[in-house]
Amino acid sequence: MGQISIYMMLLIAVLTIGGFVYNRSSALGKFRAARAAAGGKMAPLAWHSQASYHGYFTAWLVALSTLAVFIVGRVINGQGMVFNGLWLAAIILTGLAVTIITGRKVSGTFRARTYVERFIHGLLICLSVIAVLTTLGIIASLLFESLRFFREVPFMDFLFGLQWSPQTAMRADQVGQSGSFGAIPVFAGTFLIMLVAMAIAGPVGLMIAIYLTEYASAGVRKWVKPAIEILAGVPTVVYGFFALLTFAPFVRSFAETLGFSVPTQSAIAAGVVMGVMIIPFVSSLSSDVINSVPQTLRDGSYALGATESETMKQVVFTAALPGIIGAFMLAISRAIGETMIVYMAAGKAANLTANPFEAVTTVTVQIVALLTGDSDFDSAKTLVAFALGLVLFVITLILNVVALTVVRRYRAKY
Amino acid sequence: MTDTSFTSEAALKRLKKRRGKEWRFRIWGRAAIGFALAALAWLLISIVGTGYTAFQQNFMTLEFELSESVLAPDGTRDPEKLRGANYRRIVQTTMYELFPEVTDRKAKQELFGLTSASGATNKLRQMVYNNPELIGQTINVTVPASDQIDQLLKGYIKRDTDESRRKVSDQQIAWADTLKERGVIKKKFNRILFMNPDSRDPELAGIASAVIGSVMILVVAFVLAFPIGVGAAIYLDEFAPKNKFTDFIEININNLAAVPSIVFGLLGLAVFLNFMGMPRSIPLVGGMVLALRVFPTITIATRSALQGVSPSIVDGALSLGASHTQAVFQQKLPLAGPGILTGSIIGMAQALGETAPLLMIGMVAFVTEVPNSITEPATALPVQIFLWSDSAERAWAERTSAAIIVLLVVLITMNGFAIWLRNRLEQRR
Repeated sequence: MGQISIYMMLLIAVLTIGGFVYNRSSALGKFRAARAAAGGKMAPLAWHSQASYHGYFTAWLVALSTLAVFIVGRVINGQGMVFNGLWLAAIILTGLAVTIITGRKVSGTFRARTYVERFIHGLLICLSVIAVLTTLGIIASLLFESLRFFREVPFMDFLFGLQWSPQTAMRADQVGQSGSFGAIPVFAGTFLIMLVAMAIAGPVGLMIAIYLTEYASAGVRKWVKPAIEILAGVPTVVYGFFALLTFAPFVRSFAETLGFSVPTQSAIAAGVVMGVMIIPFVSSLSSDVINSVPQTLRDGSYALGATESETMKQVVFTAALPGIIGAFMLAISRAIGETMIVYMAAGKAANLTANPFEAVTTVTVQIVALLTGDSDFDSAKTLVAFALGLVLFVITLILNVVALTVVRRYRAKY
Repeated sequence: MTDTSFTSEAALKRLKKRRGKEWRFRIWGRAAIGFALAALAWLLISIVGTGYTAFQQNFMTLEFELSESVLAPDGTRDPEKLRGANYRRIVQTTMYELFPEVTDRKAKQELFGLTSASGATNKLRQMVYNNPELIGQTINVTVPASDQIDQLLKGYIKRDTDESRRKVSDQQIAWADTLKERGVIKKKFNRILFMNPDSRDPELAGIASAVIGSVMILVVAFVLAFPIGVGAAIYLDEFAPKNKFTDFIEININNLAAVPSIVFGLLGLAVFLNFMGMPRSIPLVGGMVLALRVFPTITIATRSALQGVSPSIVDGALSLGASHTQAVFQQKLPLAGPGILTGSIIGMAQALGETAPLLMIGMVAFVTEVPNSITEPATALPVQIFLWSDSAERAWAERTSAAIIVLLVVLITMNGFAIWLRNRLEQRR
């Protein structure tokens, strides 16, 4: 946006506010005149809208019409933004004309409020539709770029190929050659790190939820809950740095004392740190779920002589199971989509392995690695990142939608 | 027949076993909490422990003779020539005068290496450029010591390691100690960290451009995300008809809140950069991407705040003749205000910590200037942390941790403020 655009916007704002003030006061004047003419007393419904609604009515018409003139002018002007007297005059004249025309409509029977409320309503619908547009935008952009990629590399080779080396495929004689864009090692790495993370976050998060909802005193809960929530507020890049600087070297030296060697970047280092990051996520979702199990179920179990832990394990847990599974699915979706920790701590080499003590790579790591730096957007190397993004989006979408439905149904049940 | 009485030996044994299980279950619960708290403590201690020393830095106060023969041999004061003059020579002369007995070329080079070469020359250049009168005078200027000397004096470079295995020579250590005794080298509050943009030299690198970039991104994100988030919530909660399309919007928003953030980066890359042709690395695009990322959070928070307002408020307004819209905007919304504000602040805190989407839209550029507008290349604080973390040197690890401390302090303040605000406004109600 050039300087001129900013001044034009300011002008439009001034015209809008001016329209509001002018018509509000004109409505007030007419109202007072009508009241005076009626001898100081008016019939209750003789004047429909408050004066400010007449003002708002003018204001949004002025804003819309002048904006339209502004955009038309911009299109005519093209990219070379030059000061144009005609353009300026058109905006000012439109604003003033709309103000005067709407000003004439001000009367007791003109239903300005209804129109303003309709406008607000329409605006709110537009704002809600942005959510839909965002999703559509994501799907469209991922699909569009992915299809360009699949024109060069067969879909099946991508999804089930065992060889991942997109960087070497950059050489001209290798472009489009199959065998370099097989994403199985990348998916396997993502899955492995997710398993490690969930092996930490699942049990720990669940036990924290159980302890805080069923056992802890109010005093303990008051301090422990926010402390654990701090873990959720720490940015992922900080976890990544912690993994890189402190935890990975720790794992390495620990493994060395046990007599085997672990590379600095390993699935275990990234996975454990990611697990810690997800703990508060699992625990807060699970405590919501556990809390919504009705007390009557617990009381029934206690009445049969069960201990608290037996009640928890055999009654509450069973009743809460669908919700807990939903919570775990959301956590898994989060683990799969996490980027910074794995980028900094898991490595970029695609190894097809089930050993967590080796370096593996993930979908998100590959997306970042392929798209940062100088990218030329017509090569398969950059387009494959969108194909990976599409896979990531589809998987997390399924997990999220299923989990949200399960959790919602579960809540409705109790 | 087995003995089923509650006091038999077998029953007491079973009871003991069950109580043991109960006890172990509780221990597991405590262990889980202990694990999480220990992880938090380890994280914070390791970062604060690495980073707190970066808030102080070793500076050298030196006497520079700005001789005319070096800086302006032809006697003119042309600003362009003054910019290109040989300040390095001035700094070298000053450094050599500290230890006049040094004559060997290699030793002289090491001596020069005690100070931050570009730090000193840039500072002198700036001073002379601003005030050419200084030429010919001798002035006292404080310049940063080189990062290696800084690390040495902070005790991070071990003196007892073999000389070949550290970057500071024995001779340099001796000089640094002498200068410290003479009072030439002093540890001071590290203003550079807060006032400087990024740099290739750790002793000159600061977070200023990243902080300004982050603020710009947050402002753009807030201006966009707040109306969208709150508007969508009001529509869904108050005006939307109960039909398939409304359900669809709702599922959409809930799903968007859980979509991996990097996907929003891909969206920004494909739509804002490739399709709309906006420049890479600018805060405007960063703010737009993060607005899409956080508005679902604001919507969800606003909806729960709206649902928390007692329906009697709206009923009361309606019965006094207010229209539905008036009742919602003039009565319900103000009461939901604290909840909306809290949700927005938490959403903004989330945006402040976000890194991956910004990497996607090219905010990894090496930015050495503080941006002036939202359409100039900038970087953001988490991205700066990411970029610095890539360098293995100790001096960078220290700076990175310091930047993290700043980020965490801001985040904790934001979240704390949100909670405080909620409690305070709720009490007043």
